[in-house]
Amino acid sequence: MGHHITVESEQYIFKAETKKKLFILIAAGLVLFAIGVFMAMTSDHGGHEGHAAISKTEMLASAEPAQVGHAEGEHHGSANWVKRIYTSLWMNNIYFVGLGIVGLFFVCIQYAAQAGWSSGLKRVPLAMGRWIPIAALLTIGLWFLVKGDLFHWTHHDVYEGANADKLLTKKSPYFFWPLHAGSFPLFYFVRMVLFFGLWYWFFLAIKKKMEAEDLDGSTTHWYKSRSLSAWFLVFFGVSSSVAAWDWVMSIDAHWFSTMFGWYVFASWWVTGLAFIVYVVVKLKEAGYLKIVNSNHLHDLGKFCFAFSVFWTYIWFSQFLLIYYANIPEETVYFIERMRVAPYNWIFYLNLFLNFVFPFLLLMTRDAKRHMSMLKVVAPIIMIGHWFDFYNMITPGVMQYGGGFGLLEIGLFMIFLGTFVYVVLNGLSKLPLVGKNHPMLQESLHHHI
Amino acid sequence: METNKNFIVGIFDDEDILLEGVEKVRDKGVKIHEVYTPFPVHGLDEALGYKRSRLPIAAFLFGLTGTSLALTMQIWMLGIDWPMIIGGKNFVSLPPFIPVTFELTVLLAALGMVATFMIVSDLKPYKWPRQFDLRSTDDKHVMAIDLAINTNLSSDDIKRILKEAGASEANDKNFE
Repeated sequence: MGHHITVESEQYIFKAETKKKLFILIAAGLVLFAIGVFMAMTSDHGGHEGHAAISKTEMLASAEPAQVGHAEGEHHGSANWVKRIYTSLWMNNIYFVGLGIVGLFFVCIQYAAQAGWSSGLKRVPLAMGRWIPIAALLTIGLWFLVKGDLFHWTHHDVYEGANADKLLTKKSPYFFWPLHAGSFPLFYFVRMVLFFGLWYWFFLAIKKKMEAEDLDGSTTHWYKSRSLSAWFLVFFGVSSSVAAWDWVMSIDAHWFSTMFGWYVFASWWVTGLAFIVYVVVKLKEAGYLKIVNSNHLHDLGKFCFAFSVFWTYIWFSQFLLIYYANIPEETVYFIERMRVAPYNWIFYLNLFLNFVFPFLLLMTRDAKRHMSMLKVVAPIIMIGHWFDFYNMITPGVMQYGGGFGLLEIGLFMIFLGTFVYVVLNGLSKLPLVGKNHPMLQESLHHHI
Repeated sequence: METNKNFIVGIFDDEDILLEGVEKVRDKGVKIHEVYTPFPVHGLDEALGYKRSRLPIAAFLFGLTGTSLALTMQIWMLGIDWPMIIGGKNFVSLPPFIPVTFELTVLLAALGMVATFMIVSDLKPYKWPRQFDLRSTDDKHVMAIDLAINTNLSSDDIKRILKEAGASEANDKNFE
């Protein structure tokens, strides 16, 4: 089968019509968000407080006696509705940070594994990487806005006086080194800047190689990309875990799980894969990506299926160990999430959306090869992992006063619309298919 | 299939010629018994008109058997036959059952699939499979045509069709 297939060059055009749809999505999100904020403000004066206070005391009394003294920094927190906005902003931001870097991660895995099958669709995950600089600004900006309410360990008074928190004092060098506990968390902040800086640097370097390959067709760019990718993967292996501890796990500052880095990575990764599948399917429906056929979709579908199971494996490994050991300072994490609405229904919904549905719906070969099924499963996975991040972040901040409503949905729509806009805009900047990719012929002959 | 003894064997040197040859031979109305290749040839199953294997369905059912067997076994053992307090948990508590359930699901699905495959492919102990041409394990593609189900054509016709379809050789093969 040595025959050579020629490829038409394709250029994605970001139509005004598509832009309009995205603006409508963002505008609808803004409206829902505004209504949600209004509803949260008015309900704040209702009977919520009493319920929250009782449950919290009960929880703290049973699980974290060491902490009752300062009750999670409640006395210097913002109003409940403001905290809800901050929480939602932060969780949406972390969710989309993941989608951005996972795009780059996908490209790098393909280079490092010398994969040929994916060479026709690499521009889609590459375009997702364009979110990284925006994510960097958002994360750093939002961090200063929300740190008082989200990150209990940033308060200086938990390290002072007779009531000083022993656990946090011991953990403080991880945040504050080389400064003293309770001042500016320099080590933490430097990590944040370094991660985004290097991720973005790797993204730019690989994008540059792809552009150069389009122009002169030399294979040296591929070799250079491969070594860049290998370095990125090493760096990403460390940085994704540390980022998960810093940005998500440190919200529940007294609690820790050694699975957590992997857990956040698994969630990001499978969401990113589902997003890639969805964009590829939509592009194909619009007449683009002619070289992607059901064999490539099959591989993408397998990725979604496999990593949904991988996520479940990590989820269960974390849950089982904590359940079985039954140590109060660990079980508090799940007790918080399993007892009270909305966390309890989200806790179980999470398993259905992210394990049961993808597992059963993507099990057969035909399901993975047909766009009609992938188009249904990919959004389920993306929404499922949004709920996953909701339950990772919200209970730690809001305790039993958390809510789920138009505020959260509206904010998700704003973020989603903006993210998709950036990705599609990025996609229109480069040719949709790298015509000079040295493994393009392998991709064209891909058959499974 | 065991009773059929007389075959014509076409030898093909190249997989591209083989793929086209399969279509040509089938267009002429010849029914192909089987094609043996030294390595997997993409598109051969489609060219031969083979239906999709139903092995995945068997695997799913075996897996389901494993899941229910594991859960039944653990619930019966730890909940009914010999209840024991372990770590202060309920007698029947699902989370610790999951690893065993997972393992038995995988085990039964795998063993069941292998067994089904062996039975369907007629592979069993002390059974020596037929070799139409030993070169199919080296560098030749071998197409076997059963004379007993191609009664409308003479063996000379079949040999001619094979040669026209690109076969480098067309030989008789008798199993006695």
